[in-house]
Amino acid sequence: MFDLKGYGPALLNGAVVTVELAFLSLALALVLGLIGAAAKLSNSRVAVGIATTYTTLIRGVPDLVMMLLFYYGGQVCVNMLSDYIWDTYEVDFFFQFNPFISGVITIGLIFGAYMTETFRGAFLAVETGQIEAARAYGFSTWHTFRRVMVPQMLRHALPGIGNNWQVLLKTTALVSIIGLTDMVRVAEEAAKAERMPFHFFIPVAFVYLALTAGSELFIKWLDKRANAGVIQES
Amino acid sequence: MPPDFIAAWLNRNEIFTAMTIMEYWDGMVTTVQLVFLCLIIGLAFAVPLAILRTVKNPFVSGPVWLYTYIFRGTPLLIQLYIIYYGVAQIPGIQETFWWEIFREPFYPALLAFTLNTCAYTTEIIRGAIISTPHGEIEAAKAYGMNWFMRMRRIVLPSAARRAVQAYSNEVIFMLHSSAIASVVTIVDLTGAARNIYSRFYAPFDAFIFVALCYMVLTFILVFVFRKIENRLLRHQRPVGS
Repeated sequence: MFDLKGYGPALLNGAVVTVELAFLSLALALVLGLIGAAAKLSNSRVAVGIATTYTTLIRGVPDLVMMLLFYYGGQVCVNMLSDYIWDTYEVDFFFQFNPFISGVITIGLIFGAYMTETFRGAFLAVETGQIEAARAYGFSTWHTFRRVMVPQMLRHALPGIGNNWQVLLKTTALVSIIGLTDMVRVAEEAAKAERMPFHFFIPVAFVYLALTAGSELFIKWLDKRANAGVIQES
Repeated sequence: MPPDFIAAWLNRNEIFTAMTIMEYWDGMVTTVQLVFLCLIIGLAFAVPLAILRTVKNPFVSGPVWLYTYIFRGTPLLIQLYIIYYGVAQIPGIQETFWWEIFREPFYPALLAFTLNTCAYTTEIIRGAIISTPHGEIEAAKAYGMNWFMRMRRIVLPSAARRAVQAYSNEVIFMLHSSAIASVVTIVDLTGAARNIYSRFYAPFDAFIFVALCYMVLTFILVFVFRKIENRLLRHQRPVGS
């Protein structure tokens, strides 16, 4: 009944690509989010300005447009750079801007902006008394950040990170549009070739459903662990 | 910038001619139509579905839960592909009048977007309904209101106030998601940008301009929703402001 017409292995490879893409983008988004939140909460007006511009720009532009810009624009930049290097140093330098890298960069940048907001809220939820106590013990700013603020804000940030992850997972499907052979791309090609859209897209939809359902359970478990010492109201 | 500088720049550039600007304009109209229609239809269906979703009987709320779970758990792109490629496969559809409608990519896209936004909106409204303060419902019951009147006069207006912020996010999200309409050959804003990119091989001019267009649309939406929010929540405004 579940005959994938020989596209099975390709679909499986595609699924692996999707998961890899999602995890790498998540890592980038978390790093950018931490930096962004730290910048937004800093005293430097330049840092606040840059971080605010970043989050506003990202939240105003569709992810697909951003992805097309990075993918096609990135290639043009690389071409210009390689022309310049050839003209000045006569070194042959070229690389094809690949959809996977532009996918990771774009999704990472987009969700970095959302993570910035999540982390900012979570940092603000840490009691000021904790920070004052750390300063009273002679902790430096960096030390306070790493030892006091980050461990305590994670509990508040977790639900937000979870939501962002669920959205991120579904956004990875867009990378098929710029030519990455992920599961959606394979399914699309198979569906066109065999003229069986339901046959190929519905299993892929179920893989996404399984991924989001699995992550939901995992996030619930993490949340329970992170809040182990907290007395739940009601 | 002096105006003659702008005129000179416009004369020199090959990309932003009257023709391409018209193309962008048509794309913008398509995007706005698509998003506006799917939001209106989605919202109209979401309200009754959200009420059904709060019903205690699992045979009533279960199917609605399943619908929102599936549509929120899978990417919109897949839903669009299934509907766009799928309708042509329904046996016999090519002989009916539905084929005249669904042959255009606009309507499959509209259907996919509507189903998707309706699922998200249903959950938003449901969340707002179940967080209605119990006292409000008790008071309504004490006044002798029946279920229907309670819903209409107390629960839904109070839920609308709690839902408007999350809903404004959903609206902006939908505007941004509508960019994928361009993959099924609809010439929306993104579609226009992709056409112009491939004609001139100028990614920055094409995509940065369109990004700015989306940003303007987003800011208009943010502004409108802030007005609506202020109006709905005016009883909570601090005294004297």
